[in-house]
Amino acid sequence: MPKLSKDEVEHIAKLSRLALTDKEKEKFREQISSILDYVKELDKVDTKNTEPIANITGLTDIVREDEIKPSMSREKLLKNAPAKENGYIKVKRVKE
Amino acid sequence: MELNKLTIKEAAKLLKEKKITSLDLTKACFERINKLNKKLNAYISIFEKEGMGQARASDQRRVRGLSKSEIDGIPLAIKDNINIEGSLTTCGSSILSNYTSSFDATVIEKLKKTGAVFLGKTNMDEFAMGSSTETSYFGPTKNPWDISRVPGGSSGGSAAAVAADMCIGALGSDTGGSIRQPASLCGTVGLKPTYGMVSRYGLVAMASSLDQIGPITKTVEDAKILYKIIAGYDPMDSTSVKKAFSDQRLAVRNTKIGVPKEYFVKGMDKEVEKVIREAIKDFEKLGYKIVEVSLPYSRYALAVYYVIMPSEVSSNMARYDGIKYGMSEGQNLLDVYMKSRAEGLGDEVKRRIMLGTFALSSGYYDAYYLKAKKVQTKIKEDFDKAFEKADCLLTPTSPTVAFKINEKTSDPLTMYLSDIFTVPINIAGVPAISIPCGLANNMPVGLQIIGPQFGDQAILNIAQEYEQNTGQIGQRNWNI
Repeated sequence: MPKLSKDEVEHIAKLSRLALTDKEKEKFREQISSILDYVKELDKVDTKNTEPIANITGLTDIVREDEIKPSMSREKLLKNAPAKENGYIKVKRVKE
Repeated sequence: MELNKLTIKEAAKLLKEKKITSLDLTKACFERINKLNKKLNAYISIFEKEGMGQARASDQRRVRGLSKSEIDGIPLAIKDNINIEGSLTTCGSSILSNYTSSFDATVIEKLKKTGAVFLGKTNMDEFAMGSSTETSYFGPTKNPWDISRVPGGSSGGSAAAVAADMCIGALGSDTGGSIRQPASLCGTVGLKPTYGMVSRYGLVAMASSLDQIGPITKTVEDAKILYKIIAGYDPMDSTSVKKAFSDQRLAVRNTKIGVPKEYFVKGMDKEVEKVIREAIKDFEKLGYKIVEVSLPYSRYALAVYYVIMPSEVSSNMARYDGIKYGMSEGQNLLDVYMKSRAEGLGDEVKRRIMLGTFALSSGYYDAYYLKAKKVQTKIKEDFDKAFEKADCLLTPTSPTVAFKINEKTSDPLTMYLSDIFTVPINIAGVPAISIPCGLANNMPVGLQIIGPQFGDQAILNIAQEYEQNTGQIGQRNWNI
């Protein structure tokens, strides 16, 4: 597989919500390309009649009773929030 | 007597006989920690005040005949990605350097019920992403056998703390080898249970379909003690399995040990191979039957891992958005996401997030993720077939002994290859234990014993047989 382009790296970084410097973009372009090159080895395996693994121990359809149980207190949950107001998490303005 | 050098079993016996107190034992561990932590950097947080309080409470229970369990009062170290309510859980990352846990992980709740003492939280690769503990925001942990070398990773802090007697036992977590590889490189015992045997609730997720918590200890017997406490069904983890313990011991003469031929080919250090071959002979001398088995698809395990793991990482790491908790930077909403993550996360984490994001992105999903999940089936089938011929498998845990600090940091792929023998085990969801089996160039070598799914007790029993009949476990040629 050819190396990722700079545009592709910028696209992945944006989807990943990571601000990168030009130097980082170049470094990750090289490194991620070489890892992708390595994993391309999987193409050698014939998987035409193979099903993918869903859960490795074979569990399916895990459900539980819909019971009301005590939940964590608001105070505890908000303790680590960087910004809060009146018992809510505060976020930056979305629209100007 | 240096109490911090005791095993869990030994300390429990002395506590029960009232020959020592938990306070003496805990104090001895803190003295050792205070003496060595600057040098080894095994702990990120040290709970001296709380730990001494827990030890005093344990001693009071014992005096009144109200001890909670065999390990009441035993001081343990916990990897810093396992939540203990009210204390820092940093995951070795800058983004969580101020994060205080708001609840106990299930394994912690279980340990609290036994009266265990918590000494502190141990150093680790950032978000458990690494094989050397060098990606920690808090700096690398050093290997107590040779401080110019890494302890392995990602549970390097726990393994170093156990090896250097800075605790009596510890917990780590293992996604692709993160318990077994550092246990091997530090000359300790480390168990990765069958996927689903130990609850992941409260373990900060890396790759949820592969992560497992397990013990890192001085002996196999100790690993067994901790495993029995932490294992078991938990409704809070949807992949938790309902399986009862069976402590069934197979008669040695009826037990067949498989040696997978593909694990003894390229890339392995010659000295390491010699030690492993000797260990296999030791098992033969003990009366086990050795058979050759084949795991042809294991050669693809690392490639499968580097698709599945980063894919899950990219999804799990989305929660670090600079809003709910953790570091927060930036002016508008998008800016907060982009900058908090850019500032708060290290290179290895960023690399894996981007790799996973790419593998799952539109147009690439089938070629990467789906393909890897199919090859995972092939790898699991390999193991199923091997366990028709053998009751357990022996391989090296790591292709080399502990490497030098900075030796593998410049090229990610070189670092990834450190896990070549441990990754297939997580991909197949089977249990494996690493036990010390000798030295190569004066550094410890670990032997990996792999069992079939739910064969956790069986491999512990086989490892214990080896422990009781050879002098390999607990040996040491250094004094720090």
